[in-house]
Amino acid sequence: MNTNAIITVKNLTKKFDDFVAVDTISFDVNQGEIFAFLGPNGAGKTTTIKILTTLLHPTSGTVRINGFDPEHQKGDVRKSFGIVFQDPSLDDELTAWENLELHGVLYAVPKQLRRERMKQLLEIVGLMDRKDDFVKKFSGGMRRRLEIARGLLHHPKILFLDEPTIGLDPQTRNHLWSYVEDLNKKEGITVFLTTHYMEEANKVADRIAVIDHGHIVAVGSSAELLEQTRTQTLEDAFLALTGNTIRDEAATSVDQLRVFARGWQKRR
Amino acid sequence: MGTIYILWLRQLKRYVRSRSRIIGSLGQPLLFLVALGFGLGPIYEKAGGGNYLQFLTPGVISMGVLFTAMFSGMEIIWDRQFGFLKETLVAPVPRWHIMLGRTVGGATVATAQGLIIFAMALIAGFRPESVVMLPFALGIIFLVALLFTALGTAVASVLQDFQGFQLIMNLLVMPLFFLSGAFFPLGDLPFVMAAITRINPLSYGVDALRGTLVMNSSHFGLGLDLSVLSIAMVLCLLLGTYLFSRIEA
Repeated sequence: MNTNAIITVKNLTKKFDDFVAVDTISFDVNQGEIFAFLGPNGAGKTTTIKILTTLLHPTSGTVRINGFDPEHQKGDVRKSFGIVFQDPSLDDELTAWENLELHGVLYAVPKQLRRERMKQLLEIVGLMDRKDDFVKKFSGGMRRRLEIARGLLHHPKILFLDEPTIGLDPQTRNHLWSYVEDLNKKEGITVFLTTHYMEEANKVADRIAVIDHGHIVAVGSSAELLEQTRTQTLEDAFLALTGNTIRDEAATSVDQLRVFARGWQKRR
Repeated sequence: MGTIYILWLRQLKRYVRSRSRIIGSLGQPLLFLVALGFGLGPIYEKAGGGNYLQFLTPGVISMGVLFTAMFSGMEIIWDRQFGFLKETLVAPVPRWHIMLGRTVGGATVATAQGLIIFAMALIAGFRPESVVMLPFALGIIFLVALLFTALGTAVASVLQDFQGFQLIMNLLVMPLFFLSGAFFPLGDLPFVMAAITRINPLSYGVDALRGTLVMNSSHFGLGLDLSVLSIAMVLCLLLGTYLFSRIEA
């Protein structure tokens, strides 16, 4: 096995009643890399993140986060990561400062260190002068920045970003990604992000896993994906992949039949 | 400890900052005190029951505590809806710490609300008969607050959204309140009513509070009151902890 992996997922499946949201997916994320889950809406990206972050129980399969099992070593897993959720998760009735303070206490960051980092992070995300304002007065971009600051407060080994740029203007988006890339380089934080914006995955991610209908259909750098699909842009590659011309290596023949049948139905 | 404290503090801050909520939730008890206290007072006295305001006040305080406690517990639905709940669910702390911090915080808020109603009753003319018993009264208010905040937490842990809220109000909170002896003496009730009031934990809260604020007015006796309240409180706390720890996002 890959000894450098900080996230290992093997044959992970999640069913909601009859609906299979995630279907026997396997992948590794290496320590220190930026890894992107790229897929259309409803592909199973958020479900996977919820399982990795102890918020959902998997139906079957094994997961290791920083060497720990999210099913049985929840505490250790939770200490290992920071997360920016797809939808907001701040307390509107508290100030920016209080939101960070609450997080720091939950993650048992010692008081002095906590205060130091809170100031630092607020400076970095450009919210220092608004620290005593209630979050309910913040714009969408400001909230996102605050959530990112919060996700980093306890110096996690892994940062999960679930569609972090949804609803953000290009300026904020750029600012956010350069900050994340910086963190990744300087602090060696592993970043696991999901997005359905091709150009974002292309720009920031070292490796991309394309996920569709609960299956991983391809993994590789954007160059590798282009080569695999013989396309010029990642968008074409994405369409080629999610149009199911390429099979996941691990797919069984039954899967291939199913994929073929689906592709055929679509064409009709 | 840090987790419990910071979540307790959060509940308090949210309470102190929402002035409209404080004032709004005082309107109802005030209405009951004035309308029932002064409206039914003369006829209650003629029937030989004594001063109705003295009888009614512990009931109205309990009502305020019940409502605030249930709402505080059910704030989980709000937190789920606005997303903050997830932030606490992925934190590397035992779920029961989170549940306990929220519950003790909600209970503190409900107790504060009870004290404000107590102050309003004093203005309306209510007079506690023994100063020595006042700290006990405070303890009972907190016990009742804790019991119903935990119950609210338990209920909210299994509700996904606001849809079920009205149901809980009309089928749980209102019956708890109206069938507790907050307004009427528990002696000489028809059999069915007597049975219902006996299985309602709030009856024992009202009775205990009445027993400490007004001499010789306890129906069940303080010993039974406190036993039932304590047991119900522990059960609700356990149930709330269990259901809260099972929440998936």
